[in-house]
Amino acid sequence: MAETATRSKPASSGSKSRRGTRSGGNRVQQRQGKTALGSESQDTLRDYFRQMSLIRRFEERAAQGYTQAKVGGYCHLNLGEEATVVGLMSALRRSDYLFTNYREHGYAIAKGIEPGRVMAELYGRTTGTSKGLGGSMHMFDTEVGLLGGYGIVGGQIPLATGAALAIDYRGGDEVVMCQMGDGTTNIGAFHESMNIAALWNLPVVFVVINNHLGMGTTVDMASAESELYKRAVAYRMHGERVDGNDVVAVQEAAGRLVEHARKTGEPAMLEAVSHRMKGHSVVDPAKYRSAEDAEAAREADPVAAFRSQLISAGVLDEDGAAEIEREVQADVDAAVAFADDSPHPDPATLFDYTYATPVANDSRRLPADPVF
Amino acid sequence: MAVITYRQALHDTLREEMLSDENVFLIGEEIGVFEGSYKITAGLLEEFGEKRVRDTPIAEEGFVGAAVGAAMLGLRPVVELMTINFSLLALDQIVNHAAKIYGMFGGQSSAPMVLRTPGGGGQQLGATHSQNIELYYAFVPGLKVVAPSTPADARALLKASLADNDPVLFLENLALYNTKGEVPEDAPPAEIGKAGITRTGSDITIIGYSRMATVATQVAEQLSEEGISAEVIDLRSLRPLDRETLVESVRKTGCAVITEDDWLTYGVGAEIAASISDGAFDYLDAPVRRVAAAEVPLPYAKPLERAALPSAESLKTAVRQTLEAVGHRR
Repeated sequence: MAETATRSKPASSGSKSRRGTRSGGNRVQQRQGKTALGSESQDTLRDYFRQMSLIRRFEERAAQGYTQAKVGGYCHLNLGEEATVVGLMSALRRSDYLFTNYREHGYAIAKGIEPGRVMAELYGRTTGTSKGLGGSMHMFDTEVGLLGGYGIVGGQIPLATGAALAIDYRGGDEVVMCQMGDGTTNIGAFHESMNIAALWNLPVVFVVINNHLGMGTTVDMASAESELYKRAVAYRMHGERVDGNDVVAVQEAAGRLVEHARKTGEPAMLEAVSHRMKGHSVVDPAKYRSAEDAEAAREADPVAAFRSQLISAGVLDEDGAAEIEREVQADVDAAVAFADDSPHPDPATLFDYTYATPVANDSRRLPADPVF
Repeated sequence: MAVITYRQALHDTLREEMLSDENVFLIGEEIGVFEGSYKITAGLLEEFGEKRVRDTPIAEEGFVGAAVGAAMLGLRPVVELMTINFSLLALDQIVNHAAKIYGMFGGQSSAPMVLRTPGGGGQQLGATHSQNIELYYAFVPGLKVVAPSTPADARALLKASLADNDPVLFLENLALYNTKGEVPEDAPPAEIGKAGITRTGSDITIIGYSRMATVATQVAEQLSEEGISAEVIDLRSLRPLDRETLVESVRKTGCAVITEDDWLTYGVGAEIAASISDGAFDYLDAPVRRVAAAEVPLPYAKPLERAALPSAESLKTAVRQTLEAVGHRR
């Protein structure tokens, strides 16, 4: 069931893109109700469950690694958002590009990076997704089209728009997905980029994960329009809201928008309403959170819910689910072992990645070295 | 060899690079239909079309960031920021993103782009339109900052910047656009990170960049009539900084005056003075002097603006006083 939230008459399109005029106008809709398992094959459904379980277990181990001081810095987990992560990534081709914020371990795995390389990045090892130079917030892999996790709120939005510009420039058929949190929709770069993407007809799908909390600030405290998908209206862009706890619903909505962007170049915005099960980062005890909200997050647990749903529907039985969980456990154990066994970067490589093109007189001075 | 303006050198080089590489495109405010606020891009929209000469909304963070993202996928954006003052709106995208893409992701991607932007005062544009804040960018590893002072350097450094796989802030100066000089068409690209010695001398070293490098060269010529032999160094590149060239010169002459359009405290000159202290302390016959802008938001009123900016006269005074202190005989 689709609800049209706001609609005004679209102006005549001034777009001069080769992709033609935008057909979507400013439709903004909220899809309501629980999606059934849809038309997905049983194998696909079991794979969704496997991926969600893998991310759940991986993140629990990442948190553990943090308490063991094997993981440093900040560590933002996807716990509670697994259905959104897996649904979104299932909507992308391997050749499509993804830009995320700092909460990206699950995305890296679901986009196709080996969990061991993701864990190795958390451990700061050379085998990590960014050779240990990026850490939790800055994973990257050209092979699978992950063009980076970014630590500055919203910093990834103009970049994603530019990647879509490059695709359009070359006439490619890839699509860019730009993930962000609810707090991001209040920064200037969000609005500037939405405007530019719509103006130039760029194939980018902006995805807002609304877990209702920007660190400790609720979406109601931060956003004058807290139904975030409605912000698309201002840019005559298609906006949609989906239940982020429902992996199939997320996949369907994202898949539709991604394929539309691929075909027409029209950008879109998808809001996935979800919950964060833990604090903003591993060290955040989330004392600001109401007991009701924390309880709602626990109740909404998308991994447990999907497990039950698959068992009720006869896609899995208890043994089958437990088998998947055992495999996932073994995968995560292997990822941790891989990270643990991987080498730390050699300090002699400190200056290897400052510049892509070497230049004269590039400083290679260590702190205690004299300048001359 | 053609004698052309700095403006024409920039225009011709952009056009030449666009003809030779279809990945090169221009993006910025008013660069197409309006033909550029300073007309560097005049005629290019007509020749290359909207795809390659892209007018943007007034949204610096959005379009600079879009250029960074496009560069990550292998395009070669040349961004025109109408003035360096407006680059502050895009500071996050330049400093937190363009400069970090290569290092932060372990060398898997970079942002090969050129950010062209004029700085400088002297046009009675008031405090927010008259700044020399290239230092903000020169401070950041991962960025390269070049500042051509002559039409020939404008061409050679723009070619080098476009061939480079890193983001380059390309500093222009409003006062230089109409200056003329010989531009050899077959000259190779410049080497980023190398300073130029625009005039050799033995009594004193004058170090400058952008507009003040050209002023320094003129001043050195005028002072030679007074029997002063000044060597002039044009930094050309603020990051990387060619410390070797300037230190070598000061070791030879024994004294130095640094001149810059930016403010004194924490300015480019402070870094140069520290470099001289590091590399030529034992050779110094006099304290290093700095001729920089007065530390005020630049006023609109002409006499006040003129008083605030370094000039040929203020530079000459500093050179003469330095030489008097060491007992230089003319």
